[in-house]
Parts: sequence; structure tokens; C-alpha cells
Amino acid sequence: MNSALLAKDIGAGLAAIGVAGAGVGIGHIFAALVNTVGRNPAARDKVFGIGILGFALTEAVAIYALLIAFLILFA
Amino acid sequence: MGNARVAAPTIDALGQFTLSTGLGPIGAAVNFTNANEMMLLAAVLILAALHYGSRARAVVPGRLQALAEIGYEFVRNMCLDTIGEEGRDFFPFVFTLFFFILVGNLLGLFPYFFAFTSHIAVTAVLALSVFILSIVVGLRYHGLHFFTYFFPAGAPKALAPVLIPIEILSFLSRPISHSVRLFANIVAGHVMWEVFAGFMLMLTAGLGTAGLFVSIVPLAINVVLVGFELLVAFLQAYVFAILTCLYLHDAVHLH
Repeated sequence: MNSALLAKDIGAGLAAIGVAGAGVGIGHIFAALVNTVGRNPAARDKVFGIGILGFALTEAVAIYALLIAFLILFA
Repeated sequence: MGNARVAAPTIDALGQFTLSTGLGPIGAAVNFTNANEMMLLAAVLILAALHYGSRARAVVPGRLQALAEIGYEFVRNMCLDTIGEEGRDFFPFVFTLFFFILVGNLLGLFPYFFAFTSHIAVTAVLALSVFILSIVVGLRYHGLHFFTYFFPAGAPKALAPVLIPIEILSFLSRPISHSVRLFANIVAGHVMWEVFAGFMLMLTAGLGTAGLFVSIVPLAINVVLVGFELLVAFLQAYVFAILTCLYLHDAVHLH
């Protein structure tokens, strides 16, 4: 395997590090969601939608990083 | 699908998004692609479901009528809750966007079907139409007063040189994040399937019969991913629609 291909793999690995940040973010969102529902179970339906929206927006950031990694590997 | 060469299987993850012409020679003459076929199919499916769903008009709705009613009320509530009273005017637009993207995402989950939302050209046009609409609506409702949007009321005047460029930049980057979010989610999901399917080929090529048993693991992951992609298909259509509502809310109410 030549060094250019190896560098490509390393680059893809580095690009995937960005996913870690989104992992922390999604953890925070669901922690807050559980906290809120624990304190006020009546608010569950209202808060759940907002939580899922926050999850989707944060997950998109992880997907950006993953997409860059995929593009390095396969494009 | 991945190259089935037994000697050294490679993962051709992005090959599944290649456009080809559809509808035979007529389609080839007008560059009618397989993505356009799927768009047409999505539009026909939505129109048929709504047509037959709203035909019965029963007090106790049947399945199709319930589907149409739930979809209608879901998007309508989303519009009214986010935009406010003016949401009624934008409801048809948001409804069309939501169902077009949702059915497009769902069609892409079927084998041999094509996810047209996996092309940035498609999502960029959808996001740009929302962007341009929000500018037109802002100018229509507020005239030139719309530009005060870039300087929030009550902020200290001294901050203007910092705040205004930031606000303008964040406004201009909306269509980019709006379109890339949808396209990247769909692409990443499909690539993930392809990668794990490629692992199965690699395992069987590398380990022989033992590999057949080990490749149950990537197969199981792919099965889980189907469920995850189903969630993503709904979620991203919802996110696209609700962000459209939020942008329109900003245009109508200026913060």
C-alpha cells in the first residue's frame, strides 16, 4: 500500500474525530430531557418534540464530519 | 451494491448515487433521470393518497382517510404553532415540502430505488426556494424595515459593527446548512449500509466458510440501520419543514 493511500485513511480517521463533539452534545440534550421529564412529567409531550428537534440538529453536525470522512475514503 | 469480485472486494460506496436515464429512449432524449422518476413517483403517491384519503369523508375515518387527516393536522399545527396566525398562508407550501421530502426519503430506503434527496442539487433547490421565499415575505410584510432584522432591537449601538456582519452571515448561511443537513443525512445512511454490506463480502472473501458465519454481525448491524434510517427519514423531513417554519416566522415577525 503506498503512502498516499495511508495518508487518505489517516485523514478520514481525523475527520471522524468531529463526531465526538456531537456525541457530547446529544448526551447533553437527552440528559436535559430526562431531567425535565423527571421534574415535571406533565410536560413530557411538549418537551419531547423539542428534544427530538435538538437531537436531529446536533446529529446533523456529526453527519457533516462523517460525510467528510466518507468523501475522503470513497470519492 | 458493492463489487462482488471474490478476489479482493472493494467498497464502492458512492456508486449507488450515480444518475442514469430513465423511461427508455424518450427519457434519454430529455435527460429524464432515475431521480426524476422517483420524484414523479413520490408526487403521484402523495396525490393519490390525499385524493383517495379525502374522498370517503367518513365521520369515523378509515385507514387512508386517517393517514391524510393526521398528516394534514400535523403539518397545520406545526405551521400555526411556529409561525403564528400567518402560518395559514404558508401551510400549503410547508405541507408540500414536508411530504415531498418524506416520501422521497422513504422511497430511497427500498432496494433498487433511488433516494433523490441524496443529491445536493435537489436539496439546494428546495432550501434556496425557502430562502428566497423568506426574503420576499419579509420585504412584502415590512418593506425596507425588514433590514432591521440584522440589528436586534435593544442591542447597544456600539455593538453594531460586530453584530450586523454576524447576523448577515448567519442569515446567508441558512440555505447552506438547510440543504446540506438533509443531503448529508441521507447520503451517510446509504453509505453506511454499503460499507457494512462490503464488510460481509470482505469477510467471506478473507475467511471463507468461517467468514459466512462472522458476517452475520455486519448483517445484524445493517438490519438495525434500516430502523435507524426509517427514523432519520421522518426526522429530517420534520426538521426541514420546521426550519422552513422558523425562517418564515423570522421573516413575518422579525425576531
